[in-house]
Amino acid sequence: MSELLDYQQVLLDLLETPGVPGYEREISDKLESLFRHFTDRVHRDKLGNLIAFVQGEGNEPRPKIMVATHMDEIGLIVNQIEKGGFLRFTQLGGFDPRTLLGQEVMVHGREKCLGIIGSKPPHLSTPEEREKAIPMQDLFIDLGMGEETVRKLIRVGDVITVARKSMRLQNGFVAGKSLDNRASIAALLEGLQELKRLRVQADVYAVATVQEEVGTRGAITSTYGIHPDIGIAVDVAHASMPGVAADLGMKMDGGAVIHNGPNIHRDLYARFRETAAREGIPIQMRWLQGPTATDGFAMQISREGIPTGVLSIPLRYMHTSVETVCYRDVERTGKLLAHFIASVDRTFVEGLSCYLND
Amino acid sequence: MLLKRLTEAMGPSGFEDEIRRLIYEEVRPYADRVYTDPLGSLIVETGESKPGPRVMLSAHMDEVSLMIVHIEENGLLKFRPIGGVDPRILVSKPVSVGKQKIAGVIGAKAIHLQTQSEREKPIGLDQMYIDIGARSKEEAEKAVSPGDTAVFMTEYQEIGERRAKGKSFDNRVGCGVLIETIRKTFDIPVIYAFTVQEEIGLRGAGPVAYRVNPDMALILEGTVCFDVIDAPEHGTGTVMGKGPAISVIDSSTIANRKMLEHLVQTAESAKIPCQYRRVSGGGNDAGRVHLARNGILTGAVSVPTRYIHAPSQMISLDDYENTIRLVEAFLRSVEKGGLQV
Repeated sequence: MSELLDYQQVLLDLLETPGVPGYEREISDKLESLFRHFTDRVHRDKLGNLIAFVQGEGNEPRPKIMVATHMDEIGLIVNQIEKGGFLRFTQLGGFDPRTLLGQEVMVHGREKCLGIIGSKPPHLSTPEEREKAIPMQDLFIDLGMGEETVRKLIRVGDVITVARKSMRLQNGFVAGKSLDNRASIAALLEGLQELKRLRVQADVYAVATVQEEVGTRGAITSTYGIHPDIGIAVDVAHASMPGVAADLGMKMDGGAVIHNGPNIHRDLYARFRETAAREGIPIQMRWLQGPTATDGFAMQISREGIPTGVLSIPLRYMHTSVETVCYRDVERTGKLLAHFIASVDRTFVEGLSCYLND
Repeated sequence: MLLKRLTEAMGPSGFEDEIRRLIYEEVRPYADRVYTDPLGSLIVETGESKPGPRVMLSAHMDEVSLMIVHIEENGLLKFRPIGGVDPRILVSKPVSVGKQKIAGVIGAKAIHLQTQSEREKPIGLDQMYIDIGARSKEEAEKAVSPGDTAVFMTEYQEIGERRAKGKSFDNRVGCGVLIETIRKTFDIPVIYAFTVQEEIGLRGAGPVAYRVNPDMALILEGTVCFDVIDAPEHGTGTVMGKGPAISVIDSSTIANRKMLEHLVQTAESAKIPCQYRRVSGGGNDAGRVHLARNGILTGAVSVPTRYIHAPSQMISLDDYENTIRLVEAFLRSVEKGGLQV
C-alpha cells in the first residue's frame, strides 16, 4: 500500500486499454487493482460502476464526498458483415466520422482482430469526391481476412476501439485515444496519493463510472447508491487551438479548470478557488450557461439534489484518437481535488443547503 | 524482418537518407559496386563481368510525406504534403517529425465545437497542424525547423490471413523484392537501382536509366488496389491475393508488348499467379526509364497495395512472395536467352 506509482506511466497504459460504453470490464479490472493501493473496500454496482471507499478520520457522521471520473471511451460497434468480409459499423458516443478514415481499429470479436478503416487512394478518387466528408455509414473495416473467417470470428454487436499507441510529446504533453476521460482517472489517482499525506475528515467514494459518453448513465445509479453530501465530477475541457472561441478554449499547461454556472454549487466553486489560492495551484475558469457535459449533470439532480462541483483538465482534439493533455494539468487537478477534500468538514456540508443566511 | 525495417524507415521524396542508408547496409555484401548519383539514387551493380544482356531492376525508395513550412506563435506546426496525399486521411493521426523523430499529432477541432455545415465538409489542409506539445514558437523551434519532413507513425504488423499492414508499402515492397533478389546469383549483369523522388513526378529514375543504360529494365512497385466493398469492378485496379500485377497501360507508359507477353508467359510456366493492373491512372518509374536515351525495353510489376498513400496500407504476403518468385523467374529466363532486346 505504500509503493509510489508513476501515474503518468500508468495513464499511458490506461489509454491503450479498451472500455467502450457498456463494455468497461477490461479497463475496470485494471482500475480495480489501482484503487486497491488505497483501500480494500472496492465494489461494483449493477451497471458496472467501480466504487472505491476510502474512510475519513472525522467523527461520525462524516461528510460523504463522491468523486466521479468516467472510465468509458467513445467506441464503435459492428452493425453489418458485408460481402468479402468487410465490416460496417455505427458508434457508441460521438465520433466525428472525418477522424476515422484511414484509422487502424481493434475489433473485439471472439478474437481481437486488427483492421483498417479503408480509404480510396487519391489515384482513383475524383476532385469532387475529395470535396466531400465521408459519412460513417459509408466507411468500412478491412480485417485482411476472407469472409468465412470473418464470420467465424466476428458477430454483429462486437465492439471496436481505435488502435492507438499512447505517446509522450514534448514538455510533458501526452497524446492518445481515450484521454477523455482516463486523464481524469489519473488525476483521481494522483489525488488519492496526495490525500494519504493529509488529514481528512470526510469519507471518499472514488468512482470510475460507466456509460458517460452515451448520457451520464453510470453517474445516475452510482450517485443514487452512494447518496453523497458532495458530488465532484472530474472530466476534460476543450483546450485552445485555432478556430476555438476564447472562452471555450482552456490553456494547455494553464492549470486545473474550475467550472462555474448553474450546474455548480457556489460554495464548492468558492472552496475550490480558495483551496487553489492557498496551495498555490494554477487554475483557470470555465464559465457555463447550462449543464456541464459531465457526470456532474446527473449528480446534481440525484435523489433530493446533490451539491455538485466540476473540475477539468484542458484537452485538445476531444473525441479524436490523438487527444492531447499536459500531464502537469493532470497533477494540478489531482492536487486541487485532494486539498479540497481535506478542507471539507461537517460544518461546511451543513451550510450547503442554506441559501437564506446572507 | 526486412519489410518491417523497410516500411518503418523514413524516406520523404528528396530526403531519402534513412531508407537509403538502410538499403545500402542490406545490399552491400552482394554488390560489385555501390554508388549514389547526383540526385541521391542508390545504384548497385552485380555480375558486371558476365555476358549480357544487362538488366536493371528498379524500385523507388521515397514515400509520400509532409514538410513543415512554418511554426505558429502558439507552437503548432504548419505543413504541406510532399507527393499525393488526400488531406482527409491526415486527420487524427500521429506523425514522426524530423531526423530526431519527434512525436506529433494532427488533431481536429472537437466535434462538439463544429457547426453542422462544418461537419459536412472535409477538414482542409488550412485547418490542420502538427502538435508536438510545444507551448510557443520558441519551444517548438528547439525541436523542429521549417523544412523538416514528417512521416506517418505506423508500425509494420502481420494481420488477418497472410496480410501485413504498415506505412509506405508503396514502394518499400519494391525495395524488398530487389533486396531479396540481390541475395541470389545470376549469370547476367543485374543492376539494382533504388531511385529517389518518384512520388513527386518520377524525378529520380530518368537520370539513373541514362547512366546505367541497361538493355532492359523491370520496375518493381506497390500499386493501387481497391477491391473493397462498394468499389465498382472496373475501379479496383488490382485484386489482393491474385498475384503480382503486370502493367498494361498507365498515365506514363504503354507497356512494350514483347515484354508484357514475356512476363505473363514466365509467370505461367513457373506456375506463379499474376494479374494485369487494370487502371489507366497513376504512373511509375517505367514512364521515365522507357524513354531514356534511345529508349529502353521496360516492364513493370507491382504488389497490389490497399489504401496506398494512406498511413496504414495493406498487402498480401502471398502477392509479395510471388512477386519475388516472378522476378527470379524473369531473370532466369533472360539468362537462358528467353528475351532478346
